[in-house]
Amino acid sequence: MIRFEQVVKRYPSGREALADLSLEVGRGEMVFLTGHSGAGKSTVLKLLALIERPTRGRIDVAGRDTRTIGRRGVPAYRRNVGMVFQDHKLLHDRPVWDNVALPLVIAGTPRRELDRRVRAGLDQVGLLGREGAFPVELSTGEQQRVGIARAVVTKPPILIADEPTGNLDPELALEVMKLFRSFNEVGVTVVIASHDLHLIEQFGARRIALAGGRIAGEPHG
Amino acid sequence: MAEGARHAGTRSFLEPVTLWLERHLQTLVASLGRIARAPFGSLLTMGVIGIALALPAALGLVVDNARSASGGWQDALDLSLYLKPGIPERDGAQLSGRIGARGDVASARYVSPADGLAEFRRWSGLGGALDALKDNPLPGMVVVRPRAPAIGPDAAAVERLAGELRALPGVDQVQLDTEWVRRFTSILEALRRAVLLVAGLLGLAVLMIVGNTVRLDIDARRAEIEVVKLVGGSDGFVRRPFLYGGVWYGLGGGLLGWILVEALVLALAGPIDRVASAYGSAFALHGLGLRASVALLATGTMLGWLGAFVSATRHLRQIEPGTEG
Ligand SMILES: Nc1ncnc2c1ncn2[C@@H]1O[C@H](COP(=O)(O)OP(=O)(O)O)[C@@H](O)[C@H]1O
Ligand SMILES: [Mg+2]
Repeated sequence: MIRFEQVVKRYPSGREALADLSLEVGRGEMVFLTGHSGAGKSTVLKLLALIERPTRGRIDVAGRDTRTIGRRGVPAYRRNVGMVFQDHKLLHDRPVWDNVALPLVIAGTPRRELDRRVRAGLDQVGLLGREGAFPVELSTGEQQRVGIARAVVTKPPILIADEPTGNLDPELALEVMKLFRSFNEVGVTVVIASHDLHLIEQFGARRIALAGGRIAGEPHG
Repeated sequence: MAEGARHAGTRSFLEPVTLWLERHLQTLVASLGRIARAPFGSLLTMGVIGIALALPAALGLVVDNARSASGGWQDALDLSLYLKPGIPERDGAQLSGRIGARGDVASARYVSPADGLAEFRRWSGLGGALDALKDNPLPGMVVVRPRAPAIGPDAAAVERLAGELRALPGVDQVQLDTEWVRRFTSILEALRRAVLLVAGLLGLAVLMIVGNTVRLDIDARRAEIEVVKLVGGSDGFVRRPFLYGGVWYGLGGGLLGWILVEALVLALAGPIDRVASAYGSAFALHGLGLRASVALLATGTMLGWLGAFVSATRHLRQIEPGTEG
């Protein structure tokens, strides 16, 4: 499903965040990206979201070479990649309903189907009934779950999450991780960046450990 | 996908159209709501647009009114034939009849020296003084209205007619007083062009005002735009609410401009009426009317849309999510 081939990412600052990174994630697989701060986890996810482009190398997603996706193709591509962020990135002047409905509206879902699907999404994250609340009225954990509902409401085949539990206490963090696993169980390919090894150990999923922009332990090239 | 397919059979072929309409209407209303929530800034923009639209509209109205006021004179531009002194009334009336029968003449009217004096007495107010004259100094006259207007494309034909009438026996002088009308008309034409120029410049100003307002709107909603782009919103989707914002600014501005112009007309109608009646004219100041009103609103709306389109297309491109940490 996801394949990095000798990917190099150098930021305009000159900092090399990824050095010749190759990795592969199978269809329907759930994978943790681990590593210390600065290891390159977020960069991998940003490349997957086409927020950043690789300096060198090739990234294939769902059988497609992402180098062939131009500016105009990016929105359609992103609709197939659900994204969850550590800081949620919710619209704070809109109620929960609007936030979750946004990807559906973008995808052109008929209005009469919106409510049913928004509520189904909220139900999956245990927030049914909070449609009218504004993000500030919710706890951090609840906000994160709204973010997750938004990411999965269109049923994208790929879900990526950058430190989704970074701001949560251990109990809530575990719950959120279980949520991701439940999506994985219905066939969604899930990639989660996290440095919380203790939490990750409770899941049997494969780990890709990064260090200095490489797979940890691999010799410097 | 699977759901869509399941319902596809029962859906009307109009579905895409209604979906499209629904989405646009929704954005239209939402962008109006956003304007209503920030009424001060929006009203300021609409006010500036209104003034920018009202100025050329009002000037155009002045030119229009002046033209319709002068239109009466142009039509009634007659040739005055002064007959030689001593021509008897019977001969004068006969001459007038012959001229009136010409194909290029609409009508001809004989004015005898006595009638002329009476008419002169009436509008000059010199009644008593004229009584002091021993003889009537006025010659007989034939007033000829050409079939073709004396101004415009047929001016040469009228000139020719004047020349032929001058050659008739018994005719002393032919007078065609078109010079000042011509001058007036060309001044009006120059004014009309000036109004067009001003309208063009102010239209450009409206584009810039709307463009700048939309740029500020975009800046204020940067975070939101980034999020929408992150979850797959296309440039067109992100731009749509700003285009409708521009439409509302333009329409609101057009409405304010219309109110300004009509208020001006209302304020000036009374005084102008008094002036006109003092000169014995039936002239009445006319307002924008339906067509010009619709044109004003449509112009405002179109300029609003265009300004928003240019600005949003430019500035939304520069907002891409998350290149920072
Ligand atoms: N936008 C950026 N500009 C410059 N350097 C960056 C940028 N984003 C990340 N980096 C650098 O790239 C390296 C990897 O960062 P990141 O992918 O965020 O790591 P992680 O998510 O594992 O903490 C770090 O050294 C970081 O400072
Ligand atoms: Mg990171």
